[in-house]
Amino acid sequence: MGVLELRDVTLELGGRRILNGLTVDFWEGHVHALIGPNGAGKSTLAGAIMGLPDYRHMRGEILLDGEPIQDLPVDERARRGITLAWQEPARFEGLRVDRFILAGAKERTGATVRRVLERVGLDPEKYAARAVDKTLSGGERKRIELASILAMEPRVVLMDEPDSGIDVEALTRIFDALADFKERGATVILITHSQEVLKHAEHAFLLCDGRIIDKGNVGRIDGYFGDKCISCGHTNLPTVEELAGVAE
Amino acid sequence: MSAPTKAQVETARELLASLGDFGGHIKGDDIAHLEVHGNEVVGAHLVPGLQVDVDQLDEGIEAWIHLDKGARIAKPVHLCFGMLPTEGLQRIVMHVEAEEDSFASVQAHCTFPNAIAVTHKMDADVVIGPGATYEYFERHLHGAEGGVVVVPKTRVRVREGARFKTEFELIKGMAGVIDFDYEVDCDAFSTLDMIARIIGRGHDRIRISETGHLNGEGAKAVLQSHLALRDDATAEVYNTLTASAPHARGHVDCKEIVQGNAVAKAVPVVEVNHPLAHVTHEAAIGSVDSKQLQTLMSRGLDEDGATDLIIEGLLG
Repeated sequence: MGVLELRDVTLELGGRRILNGLTVDFWEGHVHALIGPNGAGKSTLAGAIMGLPDYRHMRGEILLDGEPIQDLPVDERARRGITLAWQEPARFEGLRVDRFILAGAKERTGATVRRVLERVGLDPEKYAARAVDKTLSGGERKRIELASILAMEPRVVLMDEPDSGIDVEALTRIFDALADFKERGATVILITHSQEVLKHAEHAFLLCDGRIIDKGNVGRIDGYFGDKCISCGHTNLPTVEELAGVAE
Repeated sequence: MSAPTKAQVETARELLASLGDFGGHIKGDDIAHLEVHGNEVVGAHLVPGLQVDVDQLDEGIEAWIHLDKGARIAKPVHLCFGMLPTEGLQRIVMHVEAEEDSFASVQAHCTFPNAIAVTHKMDADVVIGPGATYEYFERHLHGAEGGVVVVPKTRVRVREGARFKTEFELIKGMAGVIDFDYEVDCDAFSTLDMIARIIGRGHDRIRISETGHLNGEGAKAVLQSHLALRDDATAEVYNTLTASAPHARGHVDCKEIVQGNAVAKAVPVVEVNHPLAHVTHEAAIGSVDSKQLQTLMSRGLDEDGATDLIIEGLLG
């Protein structure tokens, strides 16, 4: 049994079925990768797990430690230890970095701010009093968002495209944060297209047409994705033969 | 100004106590301050380079504030205007002259902790001499009743190379009625930085008029109004910036968060009368940004807590 379980999760948006009877377990303290073509439902799945308002009308069950959470609002899920690092972090005009970090921090101290900023490679002296706004680059905002999540000490971290729009230095720091989550025993779910990011996962799930069509060894799943999915002409819908070929 | 009486000292103490954390400012001989309760000066201290003369009016005071040429007032000058009774009128007439190359940063606190029917009027004219810098931060602290009518009207002339920075803040307590009217003329290479930050609640009615005229070459201005409105509060914001000289640069920024039955209206006016001048504006009115809200809620804040933090940032 996983720490986080999804049972027959189905979600329709705009008349289209995005998640299609999806069942999957995520294991405590492990780093998982969700891969799949654009539109496969990866970010939707993250939103459904987090309980974002657009995805609350899903059917099926989401269990945390065996308890259903699908009817809980975002903040209650967060208080139970689930959080999300967004592909494009929000900007907050005027809101200081230290206030943002401490908003959900487990220990609300200046020492926490310094520790987590240093962990993501940002100088606390330079960044703590800055605003989380457009004066920060996308990479800086991603790192500050991860700093806020480190301060929160969550049990389940959803990371949506952690490498998008950032430079090599920032990516290195994001991997440092990932290592921190793992050291603390957090369950991590990476949503990614990147082979660089995939290297940090222990298990991979291939998502297509709102379903998990394969799972297991990262190299094998990534190989299948590279060989079949990228060139797939089936608009995210595998053929019966393809499905049969990968089913366990 | 004569030394305050024992009763005046007691009133000053009470007035400052109503400021809470902001009231501990008058310790130290190097800090200039002035406390006015109703139409009475109840406390004052000056420092070299700064002169203040005060006349008592029937329902307020008239003050002349003068900064000597080249005077640099190292520590902020503290002004406290207020009324402790529940009703009354306080009218402040203020004439400020900052001579060439002088500097002062003034922190004014206006406190009406018990107001039910209090009117606070400010009529100010300010002249900032060449190369001088004058900063004026006005923070209002009102009680829970919202029974205050605040009418600040200020006219400012910023001479060549001078700088005027002003902030108006009303975040604590009920605003009541605010009719804010600032108009600033900017000479060559001067700088104007004006911001109003207000939270409106209950049946507060807020009207902001910020006007800047970039008359001289290379003059610069930023006018900002950031408001958060809740309940049945209403606000009208008029930001006007004109530019009529080469290389004048300006920006107008109005942001309002609206919740409940609150109503907001923003009217940015930009007028450019010289081909080498450039002015921009942006105005945004709406509810709290959903992505910001969801981000903070995904850290465990409930919706009210997340909203408060977003507003704190906007008005901070």
